[in-house]
Amino acid sequence: MSQTSPSPKIRLQWQFILTLAMFAFMYVPVLVLAFFSFNESPFSSDWQGFSLKWYESLRNDGRILSALQDSLSVAFISVIISAVLGTLMAVGLARYNFPGKSLYQGMSYLPLIIPDIAIAVATLVFLASLAIPLSLWTVVAAHVVFCIAYIAVVVSTRLTGLNPFLQEAALDLGATPTQALIKVILPELMPAIISGCLLSFVLSMDDLLISSFTAGGGVTTLPMEIFSRVRTGVKPDINALSVILILGSGILAFAAEFIRYQGDQRRMNQ
Amino acid sequence: MLDALKYRLGKLVEPLVLLLPAGVWLLLLLVVPTLMILELSLLPDFRLGQAPPDYGLGNYLKIFEPIYLLVIFRSVFFAVICTLLCLLLGFPVAYWIALMAPDRWRNLLLLGFVLPLWTSSLLRSYAWITILRPTGVLNSTLGAIGLPPIEILNTQVSVVLGLAYNFLPYMVLILYASLEKLDRRLLEAAADLGAPPPQVFMKVTVPQSLPGIAAGSLLVFITSLGDFVVPELLGGASSMTMARLIYNQFLGASRNWGFGSGLSMLLILAVSAAIALLLKYGDRKAETF
Repeated sequence: MSQTSPSPKIRLQWQFILTLAMFAFMYVPVLVLAFFSFNESPFSSDWQGFSLKWYESLRNDGRILSALQDSLSVAFISVIISAVLGTLMAVGLARYNFPGKSLYQGMSYLPLIIPDIAIAVATLVFLASLAIPLSLWTVVAAHVVFCIAYIAVVVSTRLTGLNPFLQEAALDLGATPTQALIKVILPELMPAIISGCLLSFVLSMDDLLISSFTAGGGVTTLPMEIFSRVRTGVKPDINALSVILILGSGILAFAAEFIRYQGDQRRMNQ
Repeated sequence: MLDALKYRLGKLVEPLVLLLPAGVWLLLLLVVPTLMILELSLLPDFRLGQAPPDYGLGNYLKIFEPIYLLVIFRSVFFAVICTLLCLLLGFPVAYWIALMAPDRWRNLLLLGFVLPLWTSSLLRSYAWITILRPTGVLNSTLGAIGLPPIEILNTQVSVVLGLAYNFLPYMVLILYASLEKLDRRLLEAAADLGAPPPQVFMKVTVPQSLPGIAAGSLLVFITSLGDFVVPELLGGASSMTMARLIYNQFLGASRNWGFGSGLSMLLILAVSAAIALLLKYGDRKAETF
C-alpha cells in the first residue's frame, strides 16, 4: 500500500515541473522572437551577431509609422468614448431595476461572447447597407462596442463590492445626485475605470479582424499591416516590432491588474 | 412645488443619462448588425451590388455540401482537441498555483500565466512560425542534436498547437478560480482516511471542481471554434475553418455575402448553444451541492 502514496515532496515536484514547463511553453516563443530580433542575419535560423538594425529600420519604415499612428488614434478615441459610456452603463445597471434589464445586461455581454469574425462581418454589413463610407471613424465606432463591454465588466465588479450607504451618506449631507456621483462614487471607481481603460486600450491596439472589416480610406492599423506582411513569411523587422508590441501590451496589462489589485487592497484595509 | 417637479424629473433623467448612450451604441452597432446578417443569411447567394434574390434557405442548405461540411467538421475537431489539450495541460498548472504554491506568490504566478492573453494573438502565432517553419528554430535544434527535421508548419498539428498555446491561459484562469475555493479539509480528511492520492484526486478534487472544468472547457471551445488568426497563419491551405471561410466570403475572392452571413449565424448559434448548455449545466450543479 505504501508505494501508492508517494511522499508529498515528490508530488510537489512533478506538478511543479509541469507548471514550470507550461510557463516555458508560454514564454519561450516570445523569447525566441526577441532573440532573433537582435540577429544581424536576415534569416531567423542562424545567429550572426548582435545588431539593433531591425529596430532602427522600423524608425524609417513609413508604412509602419503611419499604421502605428492609425492604431493609436483608434485606440485612444475608442477608449475615451468607452470609458464614459461604459462607466455610466455600469453605474446605471447597479442602481436601477427596470423591465428588460436582463435583456440590456445580456446585450452588454454580447461583445465578449460573439466571435470577432461574426462581429466584424455584421458591422461591415451594417455599414454597407447604410452606405456609410469606411474610414477611421467606422473603426472607432466598432472598437467602442467591445471596449464598452470590457470597461463595464471591470467597473461592475468593483461596484458590487462598493458600500451601498456611500451614496446615501453623500445625499444626506446635502450633495445632489450628480455631485454624489462625481465626488463620492467616481473616486471609488477610479482604479477599476483606469484598469478597464488600459485593458481595452490593449485590446483595441491588438485587434485585427474588426479593424480589417471596418477600415477604409487608406486607414491601416498596425495589426493589419503586420498581418499582410507575415502572410508571406518571416521578416526580421517584424520580429523587432512584435517584441516591442508584446512588451507594450504586457506592461499595460500588468499595470491594469496592479492598479485594480491595489484598489481592492485599499478598500479591504478600510 | 418646483423643487418637487425638478426632483421627479431628475429621477427620470438620471437612469436615461446613465443607460441610454451605451445602450443605443450597442443596439445600433451590435444588435441591429446581427439582425442584418440574419436577414442576409436568408437571401441565397446574395452578393454586394446585386439585386437581392428571393428569401430562402439556400445559404443554410449550402452548408450541407460535402466541402463545407468538412470545413465545419474540421473547425469543431480543432476546437475539441484544443479544449482537451488545454484541460490536460492546464489542470496541473492551476492545481499547483491554487493549492501548492506559496500563498504570497499565488496572485503573481497566476497573473504571470494569464498575462500573454492580453498580448496580440497575431504576434504570438507569428512567433510560432519562426519556430516551426522548415528552416526554423525547431528544425535547427533537431539538426544540432542529430535528428531528422520535421515539417509541422501548415499542418493540422500546428493549428492545434497554436490554438492550445493561445487559449491555455483561459483554462488555467477559470480552473484556478474553481480550485482556489476547494475545501482543503475534505482533501485532508480523505487522505487521513487512507485514500491514496489518485483516489483523492478523482473522488474529491475533480467532482468539486467540475463546474470550473465545464466553464473552462466551454470557454476554450467557443473561442477556438471562432478563431481566425491561428488557422490562417499556422494552418496553410489545408486547414480551412469556419472563420477563414467566413472571412473569404467577405474580404476574399468569393464575395458571397449571403453564404458568409449564413455561416456567421451558424457560428453565433453554436456559441450560444454552448453557453446555454453551460448555464443549464451550471445551474444543475448548483442545486446538487
